[in-house]
Amino acid sequence: MTDFAEVEQIARRVRAHAIRMATGGGCFLGASLSCADILVYLYLHVLRTSPVRREDPARDYLLLSKGHDVPALYGTLAELGYFPKARLAKHLSTDDHLYWHPNRAIPGVEFHSGSLGHLLSVGMGIALEAKISGGPSRVFVVVGDGELNEGSVWEAALVASAKRLDNLVLIVDRNGFQANVATESLIPLEPLADKLASFGFAVTEIDGHHLPSLEEAFAVLPRRPGSPTAVVARTIRNKGLPSIEGRAERWFVNLSPAEVQMLLHELEGSSRATLTSEPLVVR
Amino acid sequence: MMVAVSAPDDRSYSRLLGDLALADPRFVVLTAENRAAIRDLPDRLGNRFVDVGICEQTMIGMAAGFALRGRIPVVHALATFLTLRAFEFIRDDVGIAGLPVKLVGGVPGFLSEANGPTHQAIDDLAVMRAIPGMHIFCPADESDLLAGLPAVLTSPAPTYIRFNASQSRLHHAPFELGHAELLSEGHDLGILAAGLLVPYVKEACDLLRGEGITSRLVNLRMIGPIDEEAIVETATRCDLVVVVEDHLLVGGVYQLVCEVLVRRRLSVPVLPFGLDGRWFRPALLPDVLDYEGFSVAKLSERLRRAHQTRVDASPTSEVVDVVFEPLPSVSNGRSTP
Repeated sequence: MTDFAEVEQIARRVRAHAIRMATGGGCFLGASLSCADILVYLYLHVLRTSPVRREDPARDYLLLSKGHDVPALYGTLAELGYFPKARLAKHLSTDDHLYWHPNRAIPGVEFHSGSLGHLLSVGMGIALEAKISGGPSRVFVVVGDGELNEGSVWEAALVASAKRLDNLVLIVDRNGFQANVATESLIPLEPLADKLASFGFAVTEIDGHHLPSLEEAFAVLPRRPGSPTAVVARTIRNKGLPSIEGRAERWFVNLSPAEVQMLLHELEGSSRATLTSEPLVVR
Repeated sequence: MMVAVSAPDDRSYSRLLGDLALADPRFVVLTAENRAAIRDLPDRLGNRFVDVGICEQTMIGMAAGFALRGRIPVVHALATFLTLRAFEFIRDDVGIAGLPVKLVGGVPGFLSEANGPTHQAIDDLAVMRAIPGMHIFCPADESDLLAGLPAVLTSPAPTYIRFNASQSRLHHAPFELGHAELLSEGHDLGILAAGLLVPYVKEACDLLRGEGITSRLVNLRMIGPIDEEAIVETATRCDLVVVVEDHLLVGGVYQLVCEVLVRRRLSVPVLPFGLDGRWFRPALLPDVLDYEGFSVAKLSERLRRAHQTRVDASPTSEVVDVVFEPLPSVSNGRSTP
């Protein structure tokens, strides 16, 4: 029986790290909190990798294609010992490399991202190379739903299916928003699972915060031999902070120190915070 | 009229690339369904030959993934689609990461012949030069391509290869990364050229030599890293520097030469023979060269006139002095075929 309590505890700490990174310049908190459970679950129970296996060619790879949710990845990697947690306090400092998008100067980050629609194809190169060299590596690529506006994702999806990359897993953090607006109000994606299935993926659609569902989604891979897998994980922007959950305008936030404390308390179950910091419209 | 160049023959490139790949398992060959230069490689390389279809962006992303796993991907697409459609993928996934992906751009410059402006890679050097750390190889002909291929493919740098397998009569010196090649010595004209036009310029120089006009002709071979000393040496020894390229003047070899001369504080007249702010007239190659002023006959005429103008010391709109005191200023000359 899987110990979901450990995932829950670490995911809560990862969310706290992301909240603490949302000050002094801020960060993309909304997407960080929507994918936190997915990342922690993958690192704890799915990915065959570890801090000591970072150069192991037989390891599994996780690529964060929608790089703005990197605070969740920084927090997860720090919690799992890829680098000291004290380093998280250097977020946005020129003394370190913990900026708004991931890069390989951070131990555990496999590749940089920032521009959307890149890492599915990069992941496919890794996956195809692993197949050619007979290696056991699997590649997990996390994309945002807004990112699915980019044609390069769909171009790559065609090729992933054509090349029968069944060691590739595409995970859509389906939090329902692109930068400032709901996806369905701008460029509707539904029926998303059907679209991915028609591109040749073996698709499952789950609640991305429900740990038994995550367990079921990744329990047996590939879901269909010869096909890439897609997991559409329905999530909630700013999950864990009811005061700003699902709020379009709280995507990128730059909190005052007092607001950070309020949200940390809210995360632990006390009363809802009331944010007064100016919502930012980005992009 | 002399025939300097005959139709491209890609078989030797394909053979050499196949041989290199069979000897070194790091190589994988990718193509965005552009197989003209690599027809026999699917059979020779098996699963190390990957055709992704007409998906240049995906091909570059995948090449980065292959390189992350220790492979050397050699990717093929037409030069425009490779350098322009997939530009951001090259910049981000290859350039930022500094991965040894080898980008082979087909039918660059005038070699796109009658395809029209959509296929005219006459800005490829400008955009590739803008990527920090990118090496750029512009072979003059097939034998130059084959001479440089082993070194550029095994260097650790991301590299753009302006593919040119044209046949010519030139004999090339051994290839060294970042080094130009001296094709003739002289002092009346200093000519810096890269790529397809080099053999035509060589023939034009040979004609002029018969008239007593001597040229120092440099085949630059690589645009990045650039052989600064070859440029400086030419500017120091010759009365007039001519830059010949099948590329826009913006961001091409001409501007690169001007940058070097200004940085090295050398004052010398520099005359560009290139494309000044317009697409070239689509046609078969010999007709393009004639129309645009790059056939052997047209080149000799232009070079003769440039030399005579210099001797007469009467400024024309074609000749541009690079000066930098008190303030650096470079005005663009307009070349008229």
